[in-house]
Amino acid sequence: MHPVYVWELPVRFFHWINALSIVALAVTGFIIGDPPAIQSATEASFSYWFGTVRIIHFIAAYVFFFNFVFRIYWGFVGNRFANWKNFIPYTKRSWIDMWEIIRVDILQIKSADNPNLGHNALASFTYFITFLAFLLQVLTGFGIYATTSSAWLPALFAWVPAMLGGDMVTRDIHHLMMWVFALFAMVHVYLVFYHDYIDWNGTTSSIIGGWKFQEEGKEEREKELDK
Amino acid sequence: MSKNQKTYYDLAIEKGYSRRDFMKFSAMMAALLGLESSSIGQVAKALETKTRIPVIWLHGQECTCCSESFIRSSHPLVADILLDKISLDYTETLMAAAGHQAEKSLQDTIRDYKGKYILAVEGSIPLNNNGVYCCIGGKTFEQIVEEAAKDAYAVLAWGNCASAGCVQAAKPNPTGAVPIHKMISGKPLINVQGCPPIAEVMAGVLVHILTFGQIPELDRLKRPKAFYSRRVHDTCYRRPNFDAGLFVQSFDDENAKRGFCLYKMGCKGPVTYNACGVMEWNNGTSFPIKSGHPCIGCSEEGFWDNGPFYTHLTNFPGFGIESTADKVGLGLGIATGVGIAAHAISTNIRKRSLINKVNGKPELEKNES
Repeated sequence: MHPVYVWELPVRFFHWINALSIVALAVTGFIIGDPPAIQSATEASFSYWFGTVRIIHFIAAYVFFFNFVFRIYWGFVGNRFANWKNFIPYTKRSWIDMWEIIRVDILQIKSADNPNLGHNALASFTYFITFLAFLLQVLTGFGIYATTSSAWLPALFAWVPAMLGGDMVTRDIHHLMMWVFALFAMVHVYLVFYHDYIDWNGTTSSIIGGWKFQEEGKEEREKELDK
Repeated sequence: MSKNQKTYYDLAIEKGYSRRDFMKFSAMMAALLGLESSSIGQVAKALETKTRIPVIWLHGQECTCCSESFIRSSHPLVADILLDKISLDYTETLMAAAGHQAEKSLQDTIRDYKGKYILAVEGSIPLNNNGVYCCIGGKTFEQIVEEAAKDAYAVLAWGNCASAGCVQAAKPNPTGAVPIHKMISGKPLINVQGCPPIAEVMAGVLVHILTFGQIPELDRLKRPKAFYSRRVHDTCYRRPNFDAGLFVQSFDDENAKRGFCLYKMGCKGPVTYNACGVMEWNNGTSFPIKSGHPCIGCSEEGFWDNGPFYTHLTNFPGFGIESTADKVGLGLGIATGVGIAAHAISTNIRKRSLINKVNGKPELEKNES
């Protein structure tokens, strides 16, 4: 086994900022959607907790958005594992690889070593779908936020609710999408452990340190796949 | 005919109003339109010097609540001069004429004021089965609107029916009801939203057209910005309770008595654009939230189809009436968890050789043998 530097520092920063902001957004978003019942005799002027939950949601949204924009940029300047071409299955090869991974890792009807060092073809495609989910969440989120803000950025999204037919629908889509993120996180974390378990390549720690491990002699094959 | 040459001021004086009443009315209208105080004179001058705008007011698939709202406008002059004297060239529910006379009056107005009259439509238009679900005087409403809209100066869509289809267009929409903007194109069109719209808003739109000779500034859904640019939520007097997280839990609890926020009762204020919180209804007496009922979002497209009135989450399509997005999400979450567990077990069985290999066991076995 020899180490290969797979995830560059900006990619790792992106990942963790993204993860933390999504957790913050999902938790606060869920509270905003269905606030807990508090029986209280207090006057409204003494408390602002719901407003605070909302401001955390909005700030996290900005962090999430600019982080996402940065990652798109890094898809053009980063190393080959970070490149945008990984994520869009525009070749026949990537679809064949995807089918292979479904047979080997999901259905487990075929036995084979994992030849991938970065994302495998199926994972890449899943991330591409996730990026689209990011985009939809950004569009609907800033869309409903636009009228309550005087800033220029949300104003750019004011057309979204109008196109979808009002804030009601936009809000519902925004809420439903949160569940896509929750389900993604479950499967994502499990598969990281899975690959660490069967491939012994340090998948879990790679997103902290950046290094993955590869068996000797496999490097040639990796390069071949890149072509 | 002669009444059409008169100005609004002439008509008001004729009706027995004083100049003082008239000036008050002008000031009120200017305020409603959100104009500066210096514009009061402009409004008064327009009402004094311009001859009345002929209005054809058509009724399609509707409940007449827009008309009901309009005649309950806070200033009597609204009903008296704007309604009686502006609009009654033709309107099914309030005009004096009936039968062939009424239909003739409609045709006369279209002919005599070509390109000058305003077409106000209350109600949606059914298109299924050639529009037979709404016929007046032997014609379908579709034909009537088409004819009347052809030579109109502008089209006013009164209320949610004409603006978005309202309850008629709710699923499954058996009559194929559509709002006016789906049928008419190439004419200035204003969606005066609400079920019904606020009377002063309706009057304000008319006065704006009269004063400035052009239609007011509209939002993306063609609603006049002066009245529909802010959410009910943002002008709601219960808003501080929202920010403080103080919510009514049920209609008979202590919190309801204290006047807390109705958000958890399904209030659609946060997703609804209207002026209810500012102008209120019935001469500024109250509005739904003030009387303890959540906003149902009646000035928004498809508010009948966007889930129940008393909860926020929409029904998830295809999963039965009571399934909300959260229930479906939780179900999928559990299914995912079960899938992960199954996959983990399968991995330990089917990938045994691989796991043994990475643990170095095969080599060990070889060494031993």
